[in-house]
Amino acid sequence: MPFDSIESLTKKYVVAVQDYAILAGRAIANIFQRPHYFGDLITQADSIGIGSLPIVILTGFFTGGVLALQSASSLAQFGATAITGELVSLSMIKELGPVLTSLMVSGRNASGMASELGSMMVTEQIDAMRALGTDPLKKLVTPRLYATVVMLFFLTIISDTVGTLGGAFVSVVMLGQNGSQYFHTAYQTLRYPDIIQGLVKPVVFGFIIASIGCFYGMTTRGGTQGVGRSTTQAVVVSSVLIIFVDFLISQFMINVFGF
Amino acid sequence: MVTAPQTTRPATQDDPSQPVVLFDGVSIGFEGKQVLENISLTVSPGETRILLGPAGSGKSVLLKLANGLMKPDSGTITVFDERIDTMPEEQLFQLRGRIGMVFQEGALFDSLTVRDNVAYRLMEQKIPEAEVTRRVTEALRFVELEQTLDKFPSQLSGGMRRRVAIARAIVNRPDLILYDSPTGGLDPITSTTIIELVMKQRDVYRTSSLLVTHRLQDAFMLATHTFDREKNHMVPIPDGGLDSKTNFLVLHDGHIVFDGSTHDLVHSDDPFLKEYLS
Repeated sequence: MPFDSIESLTKKYVVAVQDYAILAGRAIANIFQRPHYFGDLITQADSIGIGSLPIVILTGFFTGGVLALQSASSLAQFGATAITGELVSLSMIKELGPVLTSLMVSGRNASGMASELGSMMVTEQIDAMRALGTDPLKKLVTPRLYATVVMLFFLTIISDTVGTLGGAFVSVVMLGQNGSQYFHTAYQTLRYPDIIQGLVKPVVFGFIIASIGCFYGMTTRGGTQGVGRSTTQAVVVSSVLIIFVDFLISQFMINVFGF
Repeated sequence: MVTAPQTTRPATQDDPSQPVVLFDGVSIGFEGKQVLENISLTVSPGETRILLGPAGSGKSVLLKLANGLMKPDSGTITVFDERIDTMPEEQLFQLRGRIGMVFQEGALFDSLTVRDNVAYRLMEQKIPEAEVTRRVTEALRFVELEQTLDKFPSQLSGGMRRRVAIARAIVNRPDLILYDSPTGGLDPITSTTIIELVMKQRDVYRTSSLLVTHRLQDAFMLATHTFDREKNHMVPIPDGGLDSKTNFLVLHDGHIVFDGSTHDLVHSDDPFLKEYLS
């Protein structure tokens, strides 16, 4: 297999970034242009939101639980098990809730979008849609983008809640801590900047998941093998981007709010 | 009696002397490989142009260029007197309302029923439900598949899928139909059924069309047969006659090596054509 020269490889990546930016920009702008596909938006919201609910609840619950388990054993060395709730709620709401929910949704939906749109690409269904006078970006990409952003926001809130409850379950039932104290410290430690940080992240992550999933789907080439490649790339790229952007947002928020 | 899918669109106002499709010096390449080079061709109103050529000669690319699904690297493409090679996608969506396209494998939306596939364009145009149902039923009756309304494409045979694709392409009575290998991969009997439908569309509605195929028997069947409306099937043109509105283009290595009538094609002295037709 011949190797690409550095020049052609660089050109390929720059063109890919440019194509991604155009697709994402047009998908956002389409919300202001007719026709609107509200039916598709609801269908996608149901598929992404309701469909992801079981994995988000399970992930949130066990993440909160394991956080309580690990932190309680460390805190016990300093006689500070009373702040287990504080640690669990802060970790869940600022970091683990948004990031883990996004990673789970990415694994489920970025791959789904890439494979579905990729299959439509290689079987000429996207061309057929264009030939029938429909803009595939408006019909396929925009509903997925907005549905993911909105549903990931609410899924993260659910994950935060269930995670905190999971921590409570472990703290109270398994570690014998005081439930009232757990919820009191979990609630008292939260400030508005923590909540804002925890709710800004899923909006950005939702955008990353849908735009990357749709981009790889819409640029699929090369039959079923190409669909598999697009699906893998969509999950890998969106997951890495989520973790990288999480770092940037956290850094930005700390600079803005001071903690 | 043949029933026609009806349209609410007024009759075409185009100048009948102007070609429906006009390619002038069109070239396109992918990843450094030239696929079509300096292609010039016309499709006149009511004409059926059959595009022949070996696999990989750029026939499907040419068809996609004619529908604005691809942009040429150079040259101009005019469809219904409008330049489509420079036309923005939004305007192309409007123009495509006058063009029907049958894709190589049908390209039916696999998540939609046959009814919704055929009705897709009409539903996008927000046509009332009763009217959509009437026109879909008529289009499916044209391809003799009205019993498949509620089936999904995966429940149909390959030939039935192509017939549904034809119904989807003609549901709003387009002024131009582009067929991309409508019989590719089908058995001879099913191929004949599809060719009969193409002929029916040509002879009953006189729709201009550009048909890509690499099956010579299909191409010559179109040139030597006509659709008999009384008998509701195709019959040979008497005395070995040829359909005057059916002409040929032959592509080879990205170039047009023949452009002319059936008679000229079969009597050509070109070595490639002789070998290709033999």
